[in-house]
Amino acid sequence: MRRAELVTAVVLAAFSIYLMWKSTELNIGWVEYEGPGGGAWPFWLAAVMLVCNIWTIVNWVRKATPQSRSVEQFMDAHAIRMFVLVGGSVVALVAMVHFIGVYGAVPVFLLFYLRVLGRHTWRLTVPVAVSAPVVIFFFFDVAMRIVLPKGYLEPLFYPLYDIFL
Amino acid sequence: MEIIQHLLDGFLIAFEPLNLGLVVVGVTVGLFIGAMPGLGSVNGVAILLPLTFLVPPTSAIIFLAAIYYGAMYGGAISSVMLGIPGASTAVATTFDGRPLALKGLADKALIGAAMASFFGGTISIVLFTGFAPALASVALDFGDQEIFALMLLAFATFVGLGGDDIPKTIFSICIGLVFSAVGMDIISGTPRLVFFDITGFLHGINFLVLAIGVYGIGEMLWTIDSTRGNPSMSKVKISMERTVSHMKEVVLEWKPAWIGSLLGFFVGILPAAGATPGSLMAYGISKMTSKNPDGYGKGEVGGVIAPEAANNSASTGAMLPMLTLGIPGSPTTAILLGGMVIWGLVPGPLMFIEQSDFVWGLTASLYAANFFAVVINILFIPVFLWVLKMPFTILAPIIFVLCLVGGYAPTEDMHDVWLMVIFGFGAYLLRKLDYPLAPAVLAIVLGPIAEPALRQSLIISGGDATVFFTRPIAGPITVIALILLVLPLVQVVRKKMKQSKQVEA
Repeated sequence: MRRAELVTAVVLAAFSIYLMWKSTELNIGWVEYEGPGGGAWPFWLAAVMLVCNIWTIVNWVRKATPQSRSVEQFMDAHAIRMFVLVGGSVVALVAMVHFIGVYGAVPVFLLFYLRVLGRHTWRLTVPVAVSAPVVIFFFFDVAMRIVLPKGYLEPLFYPLYDIFL
Repeated sequence: MEIIQHLLDGFLIAFEPLNLGLVVVGVTVGLFIGAMPGLGSVNGVAILLPLTFLVPPTSAIIFLAAIYYGAMYGGAISSVMLGIPGASTAVATTFDGRPLALKGLADKALIGAAMASFFGGTISIVLFTGFAPALASVALDFGDQEIFALMLLAFATFVGLGGDDIPKTIFSICIGLVFSAVGMDIISGTPRLVFFDITGFLHGINFLVLAIGVYGIGEMLWTIDSTRGNPSMSKVKISMERTVSHMKEVVLEWKPAWIGSLLGFFVGILPAAGATPGSLMAYGISKMTSKNPDGYGKGEVGGVIAPEAANNSASTGAMLPMLTLGIPGSPTTAILLGGMVIWGLVPGPLMFIEQSDFVWGLTASLYAANFFAVVINILFIPVFLWVLKMPFTILAPIIFVLCLVGGYAPTEDMHDVWLMVIFGFGAYLLRKLDYPLAPAVLAIVLGPIAEPALRQSLIISGGDATVFFTRPIAGPITVIALILLVLPLVQVVRKKMKQSKQVEA
């Protein structure tokens, strides 16, 4: 945990410097008749962020916070496995939307999560995986008129559009 | 006396069968829209506005106002049940609503939210009825300096009363404000902070992208990690006795209810402020004045009552400048205003004279909507609690799916969904190191209000920052905010002095 605290503070300090540099693409000073330039607000906020990260590093050196004294692991084997499996499945869910849309990706994701990670029976997994996209379609596409992405499955929805939209 | 007569006439209009039916339907629809992450009263009112052309204008606005009210009630549901704020107005409700649910007191949180919403709604409608024109003119005295001072107070509350690591809290606020600055610079109209020239950043970062990332994906990952995938969500056995006991406890929490109602109503009146800062400030002040401030954030029912009373109160407050001055106090009232123009109504001071039937019918219908909202909300609590009985391995993937559609719905852009996933992962990692994330969500919501207010104030004063101290309303607010900012440092110094005295002794 102690090492993670320092690494995070250093990474965030670097990110703050990047934001300060990025803000200078616009004027960060005073503009006649316009007041503070467009870059001033994010520039000074990023500067404060940098100061905060330096403050965190100073606290780390002085061991003034619980994290800077902690000898616990930041992520143990279980946490890493969970992060890879759950986080990876969420990334896969979003990536699949680009190809098979929400209505293809959601059942695939639910089938994987419920059956593989949750170890539920097919009797529970299949109804949930099938009913979720149906409910989403009628709530978002039909009732709320928010058309969710369909990817390559779009043509399959033309008959439903004719009926409901 | 004249007001009471007008109100009685209004009730005759509100209780016509068609209008009463629309109130019930509107409240129910609003409740479900508000409970859905990613959708709020704005979506509901905007989407259902065209349907209202089938009924008379008074019935139409009554229906839309009922949706608005219902959505305000509904926002608390996903905050408590899933830990994801359904809308920005329900962000503060998450702080204590979720911990209460994790303790097995979800019903208490939901009852507290419903009763507080009812109380806030009632107080605000009474104020609305009695002081509409006078309050609207007071709100007009609030310029950019006062708005910025209020925003500063909201941020200072987090630093001074958060109880978290100070540099991490300030960092969290600043990163939220920087994210709110992504997109277009409002004054020069030039692109700003468009990272790696990705065009998706041109429309800015929607607050929901960060909120759902932090409270949805990040929270889920954190829960799975910290509980080894088996969260011990205490099962709730609902009973009449238990419900009555919760109600009694909630009734005793009169202080946060009053703070939320009065503060929410006044902040709601301010154009461009609205229910979100109102609810956050109510939470902060309620914590500040509580006998148990350390309990806030860990499952204190007052932390649900204050923001919920405030956001309902603010939703009524936001209607006030819309009707009396033609200035919408919130995005939802802006859409309502558009609807009124389409129906041929002219908002403004003359409306109370020329279209008094409409105004008083609407006012009376707010009382009815408030009553039905609390009844319907409490009736649905067993349904909401049923969600908690699901095994976590079913609930978690469903929440991830809700995050996906909730992140896509506001802007209909996959760029935002990817951003939400990145925020979620980042939030999980930062949370492990005790970075407070609520201030970042607060900041991304308030940033678009704070920045223009600051810049316009400085333009008006020619760069003189003392303008925040010299104005009669802004001055005291700024001073209180600065005191709150230095409060943690004073406490640290006092602690150090105490320790050194003990060592000497």
